[in-house]
Amino acid sequence: METVLAIAIGVLTGSGVWLLLRPRTFQVIMGLSLLSYAVNLFIFSMGRLGLAVGKAPVLAGGVPQDLQHYADPMPQALVLTAIVIGFAMTALFLVVLLASRGMSGTDHVDGSHSRDKQEMP
Amino acid sequence: MSQAHLLDAISRLMPHLMLAPIVLPLLTAALMLLVREERQRLKLALNLLSTLLGLAIAVALLCWSARAGSTATLAVYLPGNWPAPFGIVLALDRLSALMLVLASGVALASIVFAASRWHRAGVHYHPLFQFQLMGLAGAFLTADLFNLFVFFEIMLAASYGLLLHGSGRARVQAGLHYIAINLAASSLFLIGVSMLYGITGTLNMADLARAIPQAAAGDRGLLHAAAGILATAFLIKAAVWPLNFWLVPAYSAATAPVGALFALMTKVGVYTLLRLWTLLFGAEAGASALFGGPWLVGGGMLTMAFGAIGMLGSQRTTHLAGFAAVLSSGTLLAAMGFGQTELTAALLYYLPSSTLAVSALFLLADLIERWRNDGTSTDPDDEDAPFLNPELLPTQGLNLDDEEEVLIGRVIPAAAAFLGLAFMACTLVIAGLPPLSGFVGKFAMLTALLNPLGLGASAGLRPGPAGWALLALMIITGLLALIALTRAGMRHFWAAHGRAAPRLRVLEGLPIAALLAACVVLTVQAGPVMAFTQATANALHAPGTYVRAVMSATPRPSPPKEEAPAL
Repeated sequence: METVLAIAIGVLTGSGVWLLLRPRTFQVIMGLSLLSYAVNLFIFSMGRLGLAVGKAPVLAGGVPQDLQHYADPMPQALVLTAIVIGFAMTALFLVVLLASRGMSGTDHVDGSHSRDKQEMP
Repeated sequence: MSQAHLLDAISRLMPHLMLAPIVLPLLTAALMLLVREERQRLKLALNLLSTLLGLAIAVALLCWSARAGSTATLAVYLPGNWPAPFGIVLALDRLSALMLVLASGVALASIVFAASRWHRAGVHYHPLFQFQLMGLAGAFLTADLFNLFVFFEIMLAASYGLLLHGSGRARVQAGLHYIAINLAASSLFLIGVSMLYGITGTLNMADLARAIPQAAAGDRGLLHAAAGILATAFLIKAAVWPLNFWLVPAYSAATAPVGALFALMTKVGVYTLLRLWTLLFGAEAGASALFGGPWLVGGGMLTMAFGAIGMLGSQRTTHLAGFAAVLSSGTLLAAMGFGQTELTAALLYYLPSSTLAVSALFLLADLIERWRNDGTSTDPDDEDAPFLNPELLPTQGLNLDDEEEVLIGRVIPAAAAFLGLAFMACTLVIAGLPPLSGFVGKFAMLTALLNPLGLGASAGLRPGPAGWALLALMIITGLLALIALTRAGMRHFWAAHGRAAPRLRVLEGLPIAALLAACVVLTVQAGPVMAFTQATANALHAPGTYVRAVMSATPRPSPPKEEAPAL
């Protein structure tokens, strides 16, 4: 489970960073989204006592109430906040992206296409 | 007597008063959202009133934390009424109070300046401004890492809106880069915070300070990695080289009052680094003591060099102001990284004075550029702004020696004289020349570098190579800043041949004069201010008091439950 999650986070981060460095605004926003998915998964994996595999998140009767038996609630709270904020920021970025596209007529991150050969029609 | 009464009244309001810098802007902004967009005057009045009240509260908090003869200079507030490591904690100490006053002061100057014209350049200026203040105050007051993240995001979200205020292609372009780098920085922030939680099991700053010396030896590397990642997020905000290429385009594209406010935003990064680094990696942190110090020193010095060279290469006054912000930020980071109490005290004096001067320069730049363009603001859509061309070609009026007119006795219009004097004052503070506060701050830092243990106590001690390098760099960057600013001043004020006298509105001159007057006050009152920053630095470098105060805060007992009325 750890290996699978680590590979998933790694792949998401790698693709996110690569897309973030691309010259098109749409690629940048995709990169930022992938990066935030990777970060959210990463926060989940950072609970105390490692990954909570097969542990219940909700308290149940008859089970001792400690982290040996339950998933750590803290990363869940953190990830919830991070998702909400990340989503809002991505939406805002999307608006700025559209404004930039409308004003400059190009979707290049620098708003000019003079030094760029891959021209969009 | 009345002073004692006032302090007494403030003490009675504590610790609830420390919540006001966060709640007041929040409520004001919420209220303004209900007001129709056409009622700009009402919104402006609300904004001014709230900011003024915020400044008064911040000054009250500063007086409270600085009051003499009291041991409890630290206020702790438990918003959720949970004891320290479990609930969110707000803590107010001298450093937070100082930053609050600085933020409210700059904000007030900015909003007064905006009141003359800039606030009409787009919608929702006033609510965004208040949300920005809320985020700033929260970042200064919180004692919890994740809460810090939330306040950072509030501050950034508002700053995105403010940066785009007035629209135009240059702003949208700069805003795109600014948002992208800050979103990436937020990801780093989250990674660092969650790693710290995974290793230590807490996000409370005071609890972290206790947990770090006790971390297992095997976790030490991971802990340092987490701290490094977290610090990178703050260093991006603090505009350290090479993570600062976004700053100058963004700050110079922003409208002038927003630029003045943004000059403060880099200091938030500096504040957070200072707070967390002294708390988590101070001398008491065991195996992690002073971790990352050399990085701060090195990064800070590179940033200083970058800022000074950038200032030399700047054509526009707004770029000059942006690079001055970078230079000031680099100086603070490099001085912080030594981890010496005396040096920290000196940099805490330098921080407000340089922030005030850079903010004033941003406001001034707007007036100067408008003057050059005969009353119109620069068109951000125009990539080759018209005022740039005459500067690149030698103009006729440039060489004053060949001037045929008699220079002596020519009447200088009052507005031009004001602009010139204000520019000169900014130059003196930023370059660190006597007699203004920039010189006092730099001199104090140089003294602290040469006498690491304080005057008289450090005989025979010599600064290391890093100390000498910073010493030299501080003097050289001061000289370069002086050259750049003098050149700009000559171009704008002496070579102003054949141009109409500038038109200056009182509302626009007042905030600049007030910011510079604050610098003068800092100079005149250098003794008490230095005593205050010395006490602040002492407290920062002995974080035991802070940790104990936060961890021992007890929740209020809940009122006894009332019996349910019988039906």
